[in-house]
Amino acid sequence: MLATYAPVLIFMVISGGLGLVLLFIGLALGKGQKDPEKTSPYECGFEAFEDTRMRFDVRYYLVAILFIIFDLEIAFLFPWAISLDQVGLFGLVAMGIFLAILVVGFVYEWRKGALEWD
Amino acid sequence: MTALIDLLDRLIGVIGLPEFLHYVVLTSIKIVLVLVPLIIAVAYFTYAERKIIGYIQNRLGPNRVGWYGLLQPFADTLKMLLKEIVVPSNASPFLFFLAPLLSLMAAFAVWAVVPFSENFVIADIDAGLLYVLALTSMGVYGVIIAGWASNSKYAFLGAMRSAAQIVAYEIAMGFALVGVLMAGGSLNLSAIVLAQEGTSVLGWFVWPLFPLFMVYFISGLAETNRAPFDVAEGESEIVAGFHVEYSGIAFGLFFLAEYANMILITALTVIFFFGGWMSPFAGIPGLDGTFIGQSSFFWMAIKMAFFMFCFLWARATFPRYRYDQIMRLGWKVFLPVTIVWIAVEGVMVAAQIGPWAA
Repeated sequence: MLATYAPVLIFMVISGGLGLVLLFIGLALGKGQKDPEKTSPYECGFEAFEDTRMRFDVRYYLVAILFIIFDLEIAFLFPWAISLDQVGLFGLVAMGIFLAILVVGFVYEWRKGALEWD
Repeated sequence: MTALIDLLDRLIGVIGLPEFLHYVVLTSIKIVLVLVPLIIAVAYFTYAERKIIGYIQNRLGPNRVGWYGLLQPFADTLKMLLKEIVVPSNASPFLFFLAPLLSLMAAFAVWAVVPFSENFVIADIDAGLLYVLALTSMGVYGVIIAGWASNSKYAFLGAMRSAAQIVAYEIAMGFALVGVLMAGGSLNLSAIVLAQEGTSVLGWFVWPLFPLFMVYFISGLAETNRAPFDVAEGESEIVAGFHVEYSGIAFGLFFLAEYANMILITALTVIFFFGGWMSPFAGIPGLDGTFIGQSSFFWMAIKMAFFMFCFLWARATFPRYRYDQIMRLGWKVFLPVTIVWIAVEGVMVAAQIGPWAA
């Protein structure tokens, strides 16, 4: 059972190793002088105004929270979708109730304006 | 392909390694057999992109390096390898180098479960689709870490936008895949393709699941930050988004990951909706024994090439969406469409009507 996953591990190691090798080749071949102007963060030629770790729009956070809710929903839907022909009418009704509750939540978010970007 | 693998198996057997090492070496060779064509495909995808968009815009595209510019990708790679990797002074060095590695690993490792033909898939795992979803989500970490580690405002803003967009469209994508699962009845990608086997082109999932196909493909465009959803890159406002501070091959790794992801989206579209490696002419009398009537990797490659062309076509045709429009499309259009379609499909599957009458 677990043995079928072994190639996945080997694949990850090889692709990670490839990336490392490329990075090392790049670091070894691409030599240049260090210069404070050159290594300063890019800001259209200005001196950097303030710290980069600044405040950002709270709506990004909102999107992340909505994502967690709906992603969990998808995680619940997956096993149901595969076994739908076995769970029959009972499974269909159960998932219908589950989806209905989530749709109510979705409509609430929509009406509250959580999905608006401006 | 099977014959080649068998030959390799026997060749390695000659050395007489212990069973475990034998397995590792054979798998590694198989992986290289996938990765090298993939990297070449990425290289020539960039060439095709410049050439096709060039012709669409009535230009020639690259035509200096080699015949018709055919060596251009190699010149680009060489140049990227030779360029200095500038690490910004305020950056966190470890995270700065971790981000492109993470992106690349996630983008490449997904290919382990992609079935290229009936008997060539590196890891034939039962939870293949879950694995694909998990690893495509990993790509977000590369973006966020790159934006954070660069310690530059453009990179930071680009990373925030990009992450929010990827995450929003992943929902629509996931819902579309639930529909595919209901029709296919398995998480194993090979099994999903085999579920579309049978009569002919009519057995492909694209017909009963057409809205889900549209949602999936457009989400794929958004997921890979492609035009018309490329605000994360937005070269006219935030220069290049999350990888603005990356240069040389560190940028090259992001580039490789991005294009590998695009090719992956086309491969998955073909597998989920267009019968994977199956021939569209199967079942037509007279063609059955011939090359066109047979299922093979070449059919998958041809179908993938078509969708890759669509990626480029979309970029050359559509103007960029505004960010609020992108969010509206993801949450207010795609999500309701997929939920309704899942409900309809669920009833149809349970009642055994339509294409699911068993």
